[in-house]
Amino acid sequence: MKRRLPLLIVLATGVFGALAFFVPHAAVRDVDLTMRNDVLRIIAAFGLILGVGSILRHHLTKIQRRAEHWGYSWVTIIMLFASAVVGLFGGIDPRTPGVLPTRIGSFSFHIQTLYTSVMVPLAATMFSMLAFYMASAAYRAFRARNLEATLLLIAAFVLMLGAVPLGSLLVRPLPDFAEWILTVPNTAAKRGILFGVGLGTIATSLKIILGIERGWLGGGS
Amino acid sequence: MAEQATFTAVLLETLLNMTVFSITCLIAAISPPLATTASDVPNDKGGAILVSWLPADNPGLTGYRILRQAESNPTWETLGFVGRLARRYTDDRARNGVRYRYQVVAESTTETAPSEPSDFAIASPQWFDYKTLPALLGTFILTFISIYFIRRARRDRSLFIRRIAGLDAVEEALGRATEMGRATLYVPGLSSMADVATIASLNILGEVATKTAKFGTPLIVPNRDPIVYTVAHEVVKEAYTTAGRPDAFNSDIVFFVTTDQFAFAAAVDGIMVRERPATNFLIGMFWAESLILAETGAATGAIQIAGTDAVHQLPFFITACDYTLIGEELYAASAYLSREPLLLGAVKGQDYAKAIIITLIVVGSLLALTVNLPVANWL
Repeated sequence: MKRRLPLLIVLATGVFGALAFFVPHAAVRDVDLTMRNDVLRIIAAFGLILGVGSILRHHLTKIQRRAEHWGYSWVTIIMLFASAVVGLFGGIDPRTPGVLPTRIGSFSFHIQTLYTSVMVPLAATMFSMLAFYMASAAYRAFRARNLEATLLLIAAFVLMLGAVPLGSLLVRPLPDFAEWILTVPNTAAKRGILFGVGLGTIATSLKIILGIERGWLGGGS
Repeated sequence: MAEQATFTAVLLETLLNMTVFSITCLIAAISPPLATTASDVPNDKGGAILVSWLPADNPGLTGYRILRQAESNPTWETLGFVGRLARRYTDDRARNGVRYRYQVVAESTTETAPSEPSDFAIASPQWFDYKTLPALLGTFILTFISIYFIRRARRDRSLFIRRIAGLDAVEEALGRATEMGRATLYVPGLSSMADVATIASLNILGEVATKTAKFGTPLIVPNRDPIVYTVAHEVVKEAYTTAGRPDAFNSDIVFFVTTDQFAFAAAVDGIMVRERPATNFLIGMFWAESLILAETGAATGAIQIAGTDAVHQLPFFITACDYTLIGEELYAASAYLSREPLLLGAVKGQDYAKAIIITLIVVGSLLALTVNLPVANWL
């Protein structure tokens, strides 16, 4: 029963989900929308509780075992609860204050302020590191070690040169050639991959709906 | 005498102005829209009627006002106003089963010209969307091919599947981690369970976890989505039990990190740098963080196997990882690793469906190039 019930739920919801794509009638489409929007959100809310439980367990275990860098686990736990308390009781932003005072003099620590002043710059920092990673990845990719890498190097060189005014100054048809590389061979390769992805998606869904693929249940029969 | 002349001049000027105004009005007079029709919107869930009309040549036109009248109610209600270039309007506030008729009023700054009312139309829901018919046929064909090969796989267990280097390397990569006494990191992508790539990734996770359980290699599975975390937790737990090592499983193997994209990337980067896993699996759906993760993993010297169906992230993985599962290989992975005949049968079916599509593309392209058939437009 432990295996049969999830398989039955997957069969029923999978067939219904596929049916909803082909049947526009409200009797089917509205139920599908409710399942996707409301039911999934409720499940996600419970999932989040499990997620927070996982974070706490993970870091408390680290603290308990005095694992390496265990002090940072305290930082995570304290910040988790601090932001939860500020978010739940301190209001969303300075215009909608909550029961908890979230301003000391000119220093404001509303959840929105915390988000825009801490999370956003941190995320932007991580994102901006991508430029350096791109440079190092490009260096690795453009070392012409074999035929494929050489072709990649040439194509990238043509594309980069074709995208700047210098390219057309050096060779007049270069921007058009760069555009052709993007729209013809590049698009053909992408479409080939997308065909495979589409078929793979259908085949995987079919295997899961029919209960042939049980890897998501941990494997076994 | 002078006063009489002035009076006559003013009179003439007034008459002239009135004449010019009348002529201007006659020229600027707008004509009503023609052939106003109303019909139920096809292939929808009901509640919508499509109103269309033919515009007349109206230089001073500003737009059209759409009026609606229910059969049971004599009053005309205004539904909305559309611009002068509009030729159709969808009334999405119609009630199913109620008979409505419509009038389109052409409007300029000074005038209005209503069309003849349309015939009555009724909004009704449909049970089948005919636009999806090709998708339905394609799904049926693929389903039948897959079921045929799955049934064949029950009898003939020696189905050939081409070699996939990235999957052949899984055992070698896990063996390396075992020999080095270091952990294996498995990131099941950053998407939710609604993404098939995530489901495919969790299928592979089951196979990888079974092997790490057998080899006694530590496994680390950080998660971005709470539901994916829950499923991944159960998959790994079950895999350890299947491998006969339920004692080796602990809940710390699979853990939730954060839902924030770059915070998750920072956390996984931190794990790579601190724990120095010997093998990194980056399999599932990735976005901008793909290169951040793959480059950090490459810098730590780990052997990396990536797999995604996100076309835009594939070049990053191909560049920074040792092996990359491209698109459909991700979906074939669990069959390839488990060598389960039924799963291999489905992959075989998928290959034949692809062969059919390739044949159709080639034949269609040849027809489009050689014969003057409408197939060229279709392609």
